[in-house]
This record gives sequence, C-alpha cells and structure tokens, in this order.
Amino acid sequence: MKIDIRWRGLAILVVLVLCLFFVGPSLMDDLPEFWKKNARKISLGLDLRGGAHLLLQVKVEEAVRNSVVQISGDLKDLLVKEKVRFAKMEAKERDLEIVLLKPEQEGDLINLVSKQYPGLKRVSSGTEDGKLKVRFQLSQEEADRIKENAVRQAVETIRNRLDPEGVKEHDIVAQGEDRILVQLPGVEDVEHAKEMIKRVALLEFKIVDREHSLEEALRGNVPADSEILYTSKVDPQTRRRVRGEPILVKKQTLLTGDMLDQARVEFEYNMPKVGISFDSRGAKLFDQVAEANVGKELAIILDNTVYSHPVIKQRHYGGRAVIEGNFTPEEARDLVVVLKAGSLPAPVEVEEERTVGPSLGRDSIQAGITAGVIGALAVVFFMAFYYGTAGLVANLALAFNVLIVLAALAVLRATLTLPGIAGIILGVGMAVDANVLIFERIREEMRAGKPFRLAVDAGFSRAFSAIFDSNLTTLIAAALLFQFGTGPLRGFAVTLCIGLVANLFTAVWVSRTIIDYLLGRRRVIGVGIRMAG
Amino acid sequence: MELIRSDLNIDFLKRKWFFMGLSGLLILVGVVSLVAKGGPDFGIDFAGGLLLEIRTQKPASTGEVRQALAEKGLGNVVVQNAWELGKASGQDFLVRMDLGEGKPEEFSRLVQNALEERFGKGGLEIRRVEMVGPKVGKELQRKGTWAVVLALIAILVYLAWRFEFKYSLGAVAALFHDVMITLGAFSVTGREIDLPIVAAFLTIVGYSVNDTIVIFDRVRENLRKYRRTPLAEIINRSVNETLSRTILTAGTVFVTDLALFLFGGGVIHDFAFALLVGIVAGTYSTVFIASPVALAWEQRFGSRRAPAGRLA
Repeated sequence: MKIDIRWRGLAILVVLVLCLFFVGPSLMDDLPEFWKKNARKISLGLDLRGGAHLLLQVKVEEAVRNSVVQISGDLKDLLVKEKVRFAKMEAKERDLEIVLLKPEQEGDLINLVSKQYPGLKRVSSGTEDGKLKVRFQLSQEEADRIKENAVRQAVETIRNRLDPEGVKEHDIVAQGEDRILVQLPGVEDVEHAKEMIKRVALLEFKIVDREHSLEEALRGNVPADSEILYTSKVDPQTRRRVRGEPILVKKQTLLTGDMLDQARVEFEYNMPKVGISFDSRGAKLFDQVAEANVGKELAIILDNTVYSHPVIKQRHYGGRAVIEGNFTPEEARDLVVVLKAGSLPAPVEVEEERTVGPSLGRDSIQAGITAGVIGALAVVFFMAFYYGTAGLVANLALAFNVLIVLAALAVLRATLTLPGIAGIILGVGMAVDANVLIFERIREEMRAGKPFRLAVDAGFSRAFSAIFDSNLTTLIAAALLFQFGTGPLRGFAVTLCIGLVANLFTAVWVSRTIIDYLLGRRRVIGVGIRMAG
Repeated sequence: MELIRSDLNIDFLKRKWFFMGLSGLLILVGVVSLVAKGGPDFGIDFAGGLLLEIRTQKPASTGEVRQALAEKGLGNVVVQNAWELGKASGQDFLVRMDLGEGKPEEFSRLVQNALEERFGKGGLEIRRVEMVGPKVGKELQRKGTWAVVLALIAILVYLAWRFEFKYSLGAVAALFHDVMITLGAFSVTGREIDLPIVAAFLTIVGYSVNDTIVIFDRVRENLRKYRRTPLAEIINRSVNETLSRTILTAGTVFVTDLALFLFGGGVIHDFAFALLVGIVAGTYSTVFIASPVALAWEQRFGSRRAPAGRLA
C-alpha cells in the first residue's frame, strides 16, 4: 500500500469512468450512438422481463428404436436383392433379429450387414425350429451417436419452428444427455409455443388397404402388414380436434416428409389447405409411388393421424400434393411452419416450466428497487451516524461497489434476475462488513493509545486477513450455488460473487485511498469516537 | 457513537451449557416439528407439481377460486392468498396441485379454462406458472442436498487449512446449527422448502461463517500476544473484543434483508425469511456455539496450545 497516492487516485478514477461507461446505457436511453454501440444494456432475466423457461426431455430411446426399424426396412430390400432368403426380420429396441431360411447364408448376411451397417454387431446365432436365428445389436457408440444427433436435430427443429424468420431472442440449447433448455423472453402465448414444440410432425405417405375388411380388422384380426389409423375431425362443440373414423392402411411407409422442399397455405373455396412439394429426389420417388398405385388411395398421415386419403389418378404429380383436413387458417399456418422445420427425431416432453407474465416481472423490478433503496438508505444512514466522516467514506466505497457489480453484469453479459437483485441488496449489507471491521480495529488501536495515523495503518493491515478469509468462504458457498442453481438462482450467485470480489477493492483499497487523501490534506477524520489523535 | 462499551467483558464460556442448551432446545423443537410432519415440507421445485399465480380483475376469495376449480373436477388443489407487503390483496392467488400421473400441461390448461369460465375471459391474468416434473424434482432435491453438504465440507477444509482443525470443527458445528434452526423455523411456520430456500441455506452457510472467522482470527492474534494465558480466557477476550463488530455487521445485513422481506415482493418473501432466521441464528452461534466447541475439542483431545495458523 505504499504506492503514491496520486497513482492510486488515478487508478480508481479509471475504474470509475469505465464502470460509468458500461452502466450508462442501462440507466438512460438518451446517449450518443458510439456509447450505446460499445456498452450493452444489462440483460434482464425471464423472471423480470416476463417469458417462459421450458426444460424438455427428448425421448432419445425412441430415436434409437426408430433407427433400428428404419434399418430393418432397408435391409429387407437389400437381402431380397442379394438373394439372401429370410423367414422373419424383427426389430426389438436396440436388437434386430433375422431368421434365415438357409443356415449356410449366415456368412453372407453378416458380410452384408457389417458392410452396410457398421454400427450393427452380431451378438448371437442359434437355431429355432430348424432355422438359423441371427441377432444383431446396435453398438453402444452407435446408439449414443444417434441419441446425440437426435438432441442436436431437435434443438435445430424447435428453433426453426418457434422462430422461422430467425429474428427473436430465443435461447435454445441442449443440456446434459437428453434435455433441451428453451428460454423464450417476452412470449405471451406459452401454450401455443409448447404445442409447436411438442408436435413430432412426422409426415408419412402410405397406401390405404381396401383388400382386407376394416370391420374384420376392428374386431381384432388386423392383417399382418396393415394397421388401423384414424382420421381427425373438429368437434363442433368444443372446437377441438378429436379422433374421427378408423381406416385401414398398409404399414409400409412409401415416402416421408424428409424430402419436402416447400410447404404453404393454399385456399380453395375459402378453405385453407396445405400445399407441399418435394425436392427432385422426392418428386421422383413420389411419381414412382403414383405409377405403381394408380387407382388406389394414398393416405397422407401426420403423426399417425390420417388427414386425407385421395385416390391416385395419374402417374405424374410433379412432386406436388395437397393436405386437406378442415383446417382453420391458424392450424394451416402452424402446420406449414412445422413441416418446413422438419419432424422431430424423437418425441419431446416438457419436464419443467416456469413462466412469468410481464406484469409480475414489472412488479418484481419495482419491488426489488423499493427494497434496495430502503435497505441501502438504512445502511448508509447508520454508517454515517455511527462512524462519522469515516462512515461517509465507507458509503462512497459502498456506492462504488454497487456500480462495479452493475458494470460487471453489463460487461460479462450476465443476466440480472430477481434473486440477482436480492444478491445486490444483501451485498450492500455485507459490503460494509469490511469497513466495519477496519473501523472497529482503528478504534481499538486508538484506545490502546496509538495516534490516528498509525491506528489507520494498523486497522487496515490487521483487519485484512479476516476480511479475506470471510469473503472467501462466502465465495465458496456462492460458487457451489452457481454450480447447483438453475436460471434465476444463478443470477443470485453471480451478483453475490462479483459484489464480494469488488468489495476487496472498494472497501479496502478505495476507502484507504480516500482516507489517506484526507489525511494528507490534514483534514480531521472522525471514526465516531472521541479520542485524542 | 458506540453501541457496545469497549471495556466490555462478559464471560461467555462460563454459561456455555446454558446457551448450548437453549440452542439444543430450539433445534429439538424444529426436529419434533419435522418428524411430526414427516420431513420437510417440500415445495414444487422438489416435490414436483404445478403452481399458478393468478390475479383476478375483481376481488375474490380463495373459496370462490376453489369452488370454480372444483366444479370442473379439480378438487385436489390448494388455493392460497398471495401475500404482497404482508397483506392479501384479495386479487392475487396461488393455486397449487400435485400432478400425480396426469399430464402437467393439461392441468394448467384445465385450471385456466375453469377459472376463465368463472371470472370471464380477460377477468383473470395468469401471472406465473411453475411446473416441475417428478424426475426434475428428484434431481433438484439431490443436487440441492449435495450443494449444501459440499459447501459445509469445503468450508471445513478451508478453515482447517487456514486455522486448525478444532476451529474448523467449531465453525462447521455452528453452521450446522444455523441450518438446523432455519430448517426447523420453516417447518414450525409451515413454509415450504424450494430452490430459493436452498440458495438461502448456502448463503447462510457462506455468510454466517464470516463472524466465526473474525473471532478465530482474533483468537489467533491474541494467542501470539498473550502466550501464557489459557485458551479459554483468550477465546473469551477475543469474543468480547469483536462483539461490537459482530453485532454491527449482522445488523446491517439484517436490515437490508428485512427490507427485502418487507418490500421485495412475494416471489422472494420466503427466501428473505430464511435469511432473517439464518442471520440471527448465525450471529448467535458464532458467539455461543463455535468457540465452546473449539475449546471443548481442545480440552478433550488437545495437548498443546500452539499458536494457531500459518499465515500472518
């Protein structure tokens, strides 16, 4: 502390100016352009500005299961092409079981699989009713990769759905192994946002099965390669979508929405419909499907609900189709957004939701400011009253401390939350601790007969170890809180930590410098007790 | 100005059994309440569930809100007044329910619909929705407990390194005392333990040890200064010497927290309450628990009265 007081003063002035510069835009709007460009406003948390915080869980196991099912479909075609004859192929979770007709083809099968699907490993072979059953399993690494991809893809899809134009301040990030954290500041209709997020939006095209009887299937005798799906209709009373008629369709998916190129709302006789068109690969496939199934009905299925099933009348459609479904204009618009963004690789579920309306946010800010002002005033008056001049110095240091916390929030782009405000307010109460320690010590030294100047020296240097230790333990606790806390609570840990670190600078260094300066000017400084100095 | 006379010399250690007994009694009350209620009363953050804060356009009663929900088959709900500035506005309510097996999203929609039917569309504002699934709740419970335990251990280790084991033991005993008292106070007053309360616990743990450190710091200094004085006397002297500081700083934090408690709004009301209790308990335990425990350890196991601490 032997640095020349002028240098210390200069250093403090620089910090002060920097802090004012960074805090400026948060306090007033009317500032020059260069200022606003280089210093950002402190961003407010969802609990203060209003908005939604959603924690989603991606059902990643489902993505793994789907991928095995997908492989089994492709493998069937491949085996037929390569003349490897099989009796049965079944996907079970991560396993794929294939029953071969000719056991001697086992080598061919394993070769094919390992070449085409390196992620599949053979786990066992055994005979079943005289036939050879080979069991493959998706390796752990492959399963993990699929899960990881599913989460990443889901993040991307959800972002595109909620903000197709990419203009909003949404924060959508993967968290942990299978979670996605979605933060939507200022969103009013959270229910709608959740609906948009949760739709799997798997668009599939299948052929309607008219060869078998629907009645028979409903009685429980569903043909092996067909399934019963339902259409959807709008209940005129509640105006909500409910399940409509049953319909029998072939299980095989001929085409999915993967190859979709465009989707838009179209109107026909004032009825909104969704027009879709495929990319060139999809268009070719679509025509192949049409050619092979002229005269049959094509079921257009979204998330296992049949929206329409028009008869295929021609061989070439140029990759264009229309989804009809008695949509309201809003439904049609949402559907277009969802289709454009693509389907979710696996269903998601909302595990945690915290939504704060804008009015509560405003009230919280107001309450925080009221509490802060009252609390700070109480402390400031007390310090001035109890310690006199020295108390005023401590108050200056205190104001500086709060300024540094705010500036640090702006620079670090940290978010100010309601608990964060509480952290600042409590910080005010804690920050004077260092000064109280020092001043009490100075008093003691004076009582022991030391002249004021020496008492100040002793007070600052002897109190330091206690100040340091006590700030550090609070820092330990705050750091753990940061690690453990979510959302708003982290804001508390952040402001508390910054306040504590800044405290060492303001309460010890800044107040020492001010006192030294006053002493140098031969000003009389009281520490609130009468003593011969 | 002086609040506490500088020549103060209270023999704190002489009455240590009385003060420890008092603390023990308070903790016992808390524990009895905890046991009687089958553990701490967890809020939705830890138990999982749905919480809605609503504001009606016109004043209503909790009964009215409850009835509106019951008519729609939502019987299993708790409706309370939301307190602002210590009084119920008559327009703000908290609706809470367990999710059970149901889908949480449907619940929040059902509640909204039921209330809108009663109060009319626009006659009602949903100010806050908090939904925590059971899985997340369990995770938060685990993480929260760990955070508090780790904080205690970290502080124990740090103090053991900076001072001596007996002091860190005394400090952590005091912290444990503070957490137990606060936990008990929550149980007795029927408040729920939520995420912010765990934050409060951590803050109490981090803050309340400050006082203890200041006293131990002084003990360390006095041990060097008065080499022939017995430890008990030194501890007593140190507590007395730092007493004014202990009370002053606890006072400033208490006052700022009181402002939060009274004016900070409903969302952080309980958080501020936890800190109020924690600060009082922390100051008390600093004086009456930490030092006697350190001394007791020394008298029982210690053989030497070596100067504590490695740093200046």
